Amino acid sequence: MAQMIIDTANHIAGYAAKAARVKVVAAYPITPQTTVVEKIADFVENGEMDAEYIRVESEHSAMVACIAAAAAGVRTFTATSAHGLALMHEALHWASGSRLPVVMAVVNRAMGAPWSIWSDFSDSLSQRDTGWIQFYCADNQEVFDTIIQAYKLCEDERVFLPAMVCLEGFILSHTYMPVKIPEQKEIDDFLPPYRCGWILDVNRPLSHANLVSPDWYMEFRYMIQEAMENAKQLIPKIDKDYGKRFGFEYGGLLEKYKCDDADLVLVTMGTMASDAKIAVDSLRKEGLKVGVARVRVFRPFPTEEIAKLAEQTKMLATIDRHISFGMEGFLSSEIKASLYNKKNRPLLTGFIAGLGGRDVTSETIKKIAKKSLKQMHAGKVEKETEWVDLRE
Amino acid sequence: MVTIKELPREEYLLKGHAACAGCGPSIAIRLLFKALGNKVIMVVPACCTTVIQGPYPYTSVAVPLQNILFESTAAAASGIVAALRQRKMEDITVIGWAGDGGTVDIGIQALSGAAERETNFIYICYDNEAYGNTGMQRSGATPYGAWTTTTPSGKRERKKDMPFIMAAHRIPYVATACPSYPIDFVEKMRKARDIKGTKYIHILAPCPTGWRYDANKTVELGRLAVQTGLWALYEIEYGKFKLNSPSDRLVDKAKRKPVKEYLQLQGRFRNLTEEDINRIQQWVDEDWERYRKLTSNSLSDATLHGKI
Repeated sequence: MAQMIIDTANHIAGYAAKAARVKVVAAYPITPQTTVVEKIADFVENGEMDAEYIRVESEHSAMVACIAAAAAGVRTFTATSAHGLALMHEALHWASGSRLPVVMAVVNRAMGAPWSIWSDFSDSLSQRDTGWIQFYCADNQEVFDTIIQAYKLCEDERVFLPAMVCLEGFILSHTYMPVKIPEQKEIDDFLPPYRCGWILDVNRPLSHANLVSPDWYMEFRYMIQEAMENAKQLIPKIDKDYGKRFGFEYGGLLEKYKCDDADLVLVTMGTMASDAKIAVDSLRKEGLKVGVARVRVFRPFPTEEIAKLAEQTKMLATIDRHISFGMEGFLSSEIKASLYNKKNRPLLTGFIAGLGGRDVTSETIKKIAKKSLKQMHAGKVEKETEWVDLRE
Repeated sequence: MVTIKELPREEYLLKGHAACAGCGPSIAIRLLFKALGNKVIMVVPACCTTVIQGPYPYTSVAVPLQNILFESTAAAASGIVAALRQRKMEDITVIGWAGDGGTVDIGIQALSGAAERETNFIYICYDNEAYGNTGMQRSGATPYGAWTTTTPSGKRERKKDMPFIMAAHRIPYVATACPSYPIDFVEKMRKARDIKGTKYIHILAPCPTGWRYDANKTVELGRLAVQTGLWALYEIEYGKFKLNSPSDRLVDKAKRKPVKEYLQLQGRFRNLTEEDINRIQQWVDEDWERYRKLTSNSLSDATLHGKI
C-alpha cells in the first residue's frame, strides 16, 4: 500500500533518496538544506537505509565523493544550497563531463553578499552551463516524484548526465504538505538497479577523464549536447509513465494551466507558478483570458514547447525569481532566444520578483498580469524588465 | 624483507608514457605497482601524473584510474572506498596519488577530512617540491632557498612538514620514502596496504627539469637527499616513530654528508649564499635532534597519540 505522510519537502527529499535505494550519500550541512541530510543520516543510522553516509568536510568534497562513488558503481545522492552549490561549481562540471548520473537536491537560497538565507534561484541558475539537468519543483509531492524520475532519466544510456532537483528554501523546504509515497516494490519496478556507462573495474582497467587534446575535446562536449537533446525527448515520456503508475504527472518539461485560449500567459518557475494559478483563477472570473506556463525543466530548456505556446497567445509575461545582472531575468532571455526565428512572435515582458525570499502573493501576480494586459491592448511593451514592488 | 628479484615482472606503468626523461615520480609509480599489483583503484588529481598517463584515447596506466579535481584526491578516494564497501569489494586497495601542491596546499582540507574520518586508503604524496606540471612554481613543499618561477631569487620560507601534520591526525601509519631506495619503498607500500585506516606516505621524487640537474642523476639525487639527512626515511606506526635503514645510522652527525653536496648539484640552489647553506645545515641538524629524541621516546607516550 502506498503511504500518505505529511512532512517538509526536505524530509521528503530524504524519503526519495531512500526509495531510490541510494548507496552513497556524501553531504555537508548548509541552511536551508540541513534537514535533508539529517533525515538521511537518521535513515542510515536506524538501518532503514542500506547506504554509506560520508560526513565530508566541504560541499566541494561532497560532490567529488559522489562523483567518485558513482564511478565506482553505486547510486549516489547529495543536497546543498546557495554558497555550498557555488563551492561545488567546479565539481559540477566534472560530474557531467565524466557522464556520471549523480542526483542532487538543491534547496534554493539567495547568494550573498549581503547574507540571505531565503529563497531565490540565483544559486542554481548560476550553474546553468555546467551540463546538469535542472528540475524545478512546485510542491513536496513533486520533490519526491522528481527525484525518482531524475534517477530514471540520468541512468538512461541516452543521457548519462547528472541532475539537480531544485526546491525553494523555506517555501517548500520547511513547509509540511501531504505526500503519497508509493510502495517500495512499485518504485523498484519503475527504477531498475544503478547503471553507468563505465565503471572503475580492476578486471577492465581504464584511465578515466584523463587529458584530451584539441583533436577530441569538442566531440566530448557535443555528446553532452546530444544527451541533453535526448533528455528533452525522454523527460515527458518518463513523466507520463510515472503518472500512469503513481498518479502524479507534471507536464514533462513545461506545465501549462489554462493556456489553451489564453491571450496572456504568465511564464514562471517553482512555487510562484502555484500563486500564479490562484491569480489566474481569479482573473478568469473577471473574464480575463490569462494562463500560466511553469518551466519545470530549465536544462534542457523546453524551447519547442515555448514556441508552440507562443503560437497561440498574444503575450508572454515572465516572472523571474532571479536576475542576470547587466541583462534581465534568465527566463526572459531564454524565452526570447527560443522565439527569435519564429514568425508572429507574441509581445514579451519580464518581471523580477521575490529575490531573497520576498513574498510574491497571488495579488502581486494579478497586478503583474493586469499591467501586462494593458500593454498587450496597447500593442507595445513599456519596459523589457520591471522590478516588482521595489522601494523607491 | 623483499629483494629486487622477488618483485613481480609485470609492469602496470606501460612503455611509452609521457613523463620527462629522468622523471622521479614515474619511477615511483612503477615501483608502486610492483609493490601492490593491479588489484588497486587509483585517484589522480591535476599533477604531473595527468600528463604521464598520456592523452585520450591512450593511457600508460594499466589499473583503473579516476582523474579528479586538483583539491579532491582524498574526497574522491572517500567516495570510492564507500562505494566498494557497499559492493562488498573491500579487498581492493584505494590509492590517492597526488603531487605536493595537490597535497600540502590545495588538497590538505580534503586529506585532513578523510584522515579524520579514518577512511581506509593509502594516500601518497609524490613530492617534487614545486608545481611541476605548470612549470615549477613555488609550493608549500618547496624548500628554503630554492629557485622556482615564482621565487626567482629563491624561496624565503621553509618547507611544510606534511608527514608530521598527518601524524597529528593519529592515523595508523605515516611514512616517508624515496624511489632511490626501492626495497624500503616497496616494503612501506605493502605494509600500508595491510593496515586498516588512513595511511599517508610522503615520497621525495626528484625532478630533473625543475631542479635543474642532468636527467641521469635522479637516483643519485634521491640518495644524496637521504645521505645528507635532508630527507629522513622513517615510519610513524600507531604513533611510534622509527627511523629506517639507511637513515637510522645518520643520527650520528658524523655519518651525515654535508647538505652542500646535495645542494650544489642542482641549478635551483645556484643562488644560495654560504650563509644560506649554513642555515639549511643547521635546520637539518635540528631536525635530527628531534628524530633522535623521538626514537628514544616513543611518540605514543608523547604528544601525537596521547590519551585524551
